[in-house]
Amino acid sequence: MNQRTSHLLIAGTLASALSLSLAAVAQDDATERDYQVPLPEAPEGEITFQPPHERDIPDNQYGEMVRKGRDLFVNTQALRGEYVFNDQNCANCHLDAGRLANSAPMWASFGVYPAYRGKNDKVNTLAERIQGCFTYSMNGKPPEYGSEPLVAMQTYLHWMATGAPINESMPGRGYPKLEETEQGADRERGAEVYAQQCAVCHGEEGQGQKVGERQVFPPLWGDGAYNWGAGMHRVNTAANFIKANMPLGKPYSLSDQQAWDVAAFINSHERPQDPRRRTLESVDETDEIFHNHHGFYGDEIDGRRLGDHADFGENPTPLDG
Amino acid sequence: MTSMRIASGLGLLLGLGLAAGQAQALEGDAERGQQAAGACVACHQADGMGMNNPQGESWPRLAGLPAEYIAKQLHDIKEGRRESATMMAFANMLDDQQIADVAVYYAEMEPWPELPTAYRAADPTDEAEWLAERGDWAEGKMIPACSQCHGPNGQGVGATFPPLAGQHAGYIVSQLEAWRDGKRHNDPNDLMVGIAERLDEEQVAMIADYYATLPERIAERETRAQEEDGQ
Repeated sequence: MNQRTSHLLIAGTLASALSLSLAAVAQDDATERDYQVPLPEAPEGEITFQPPHERDIPDNQYGEMVRKGRDLFVNTQALRGEYVFNDQNCANCHLDAGRLANSAPMWASFGVYPAYRGKNDKVNTLAERIQGCFTYSMNGKPPEYGSEPLVAMQTYLHWMATGAPINESMPGRGYPKLEETEQGADRERGAEVYAQQCAVCHGEEGQGQKVGERQVFPPLWGDGAYNWGAGMHRVNTAANFIKANMPLGKPYSLSDQQAWDVAAFINSHERPQDPRRRTLESVDETDEIFHNHHGFYGDEIDGRRLGDHADFGENPTPLDG
Repeated sequence: MTSMRIASGLGLLLGLGLAAGQAQALEGDAERGQQAAGACVACHQADGMGMNNPQGESWPRLAGLPAEYIAKQLHDIKEGRRESATMMAFANMLDDQQIADVAVYYAEMEPWPELPTAYRAADPTDEAEWLAERGDWAEGKMIPACSQCHGPNGQGVGATFPPLAGQHAGYIVSQLEAWRDGKRHNDPNDLMVGIAERLDEEQVAMIADYYATLPERIAERETRAQEEDGQ
C-alpha cells in the first residue's frame, strides 16, 4: 500500500513536468534499482466503469483515429514486418479489444500513466508503455513517437477511458492476482492441464492455429510467441491472466493450482530471446539483472538452458544490433 | 523426463476422454461411404447440402465438413454424448468402418465455401455481426466472438471447430438449444455449452440467420465492390 502511494506520488509529481522526451528526464540515482517491481495492484471493489460503445465513436478526425487504433489493437498483424515480428495481436491478452475488466483493460491503464516502472527503472509515459509491448509482447520494434500507429493506439485508449479517473488505479485493472499455492507451480502437472484444457485451441506444441493467413489461436511458445522479455513470460502474470480469462468463455473455471501449473508449463518453453540480451554480455548477466522473478529464463529444462541462444525469432535486429 | 510424462498424460487423455479415438483413426473410403450413405440421402440430400425447414427439423449440410468432425459426431450420437432421436437409429446402423467411410464421402463431396480471412472491422450498429465478430462481454454474458473459435467469417478451424457460415439456420438454432437442454454434451472441454446457455433467444435466432446467409452476403458485397472498382 505504501509502495503504491509513493509510486503514484512520483508519477503524479513528474506528470506535470513531463514533455515528450521523457528519456531525458533524470531519474533519482539514489533510488535502488529494481527491475522486478510491478505496478501496484488494482484496488478491490466493484467494477463500475463502462467504456463507451463503438457506435458512439464520433464521426470526425478524432473518431477516425480511434477507429484506426481499434483496428491495430485487434489486428496488430497489420504491422507485421515493420513493428511486429511474431503472430500476436494486442487483443489476445487484452480481451474484447482491450475493454474487458480483469483482462488488463485499456480504460484502466490509460489513467495510471505516466508511472514509474521497475521494468526499465524510470517513469514511463503511456506511449512508452505501448512501445514496450511492441518490443516484448510483439517481439517487434517500437513505433516512433508521433508515428501514426502509436498516435492511433493512444487515441483508441484515450477514447476507451472517456470519463475514467486520472492517476487513480481502478478496480478491474490488470489481471487479478492469484495467491500462491502450497504446492507451488509445477510444469509437469501443468503439462496435463495443458493437454486437457488448452491444446484443443493452442495446439499440442503450443503453435496456435491459423485459417489461411489469419491467426485464430495464438502460439504460446516458439518464434510466433511473446519473447523472453514480455510480462506474460512470467509465471505469475500468465497464471493471473489464465485464471481470469482462459479457456476462452470459461473464466475462473480452472483451479488456482491448475492456473499456476499450466502457466509454468507454457512458460518453460523456448521463445524469442529477451531483446535486452543485446545490450548485455551474456545470458547469465541478462538472467541476473532482468530475470530475478518467477520465470524460467536461464533455467535448465530437459537438458537445455532456456534463453541460451541468439534466436530473436523473426525480429531482424541481430544480437550485436 | 518431462516429455515422457507429457506423452503418458496424452495417452491417458486419449484412452479415457476419447473412447472412440481408435475407431476414428480408421481410414475412410469415399466409394464405400457412398454405399453406406444410402439412408442419409433422404434428409441430407444427394448433394449433401441438407435442408432448412423453418416449420420442422432442419437437416445440416454435411458436404465439405471435415471427415474427422463428421465421424466424431456419429460416434457421439451412438454413444449418447449427442442425443438425437432422428439420427440415433441411422448412426446405429453404421459400424466403425462405415462411419469412417461416410465421413470421408461427405467431406470430399464439395468443399465448404472458403470465405475471406482478412481483418474487417465489425459494424457496431449491426448486432448480429457484432456478436459474431466481437462477442458479448457484458457481465454475466462473457460470450467470446464466434469467430474467435470458429475462425474468420465462421468458416471453421481444423476438425474441432465446425464451419458455421453456410450452415442452415434451423440446424444452428436446434444445436444451440440441444446444448442448453443438455442433449448435446460432446463439445471439447464444455467450451460451447456455457456459451449456448448464456445466449438469449434473440441472439440465438440472430446469429443462426447471420451465419446461414453470410456466404451470400459476402458474395454480394464482393460483387458490389468489383462493380464500383469497374466504374
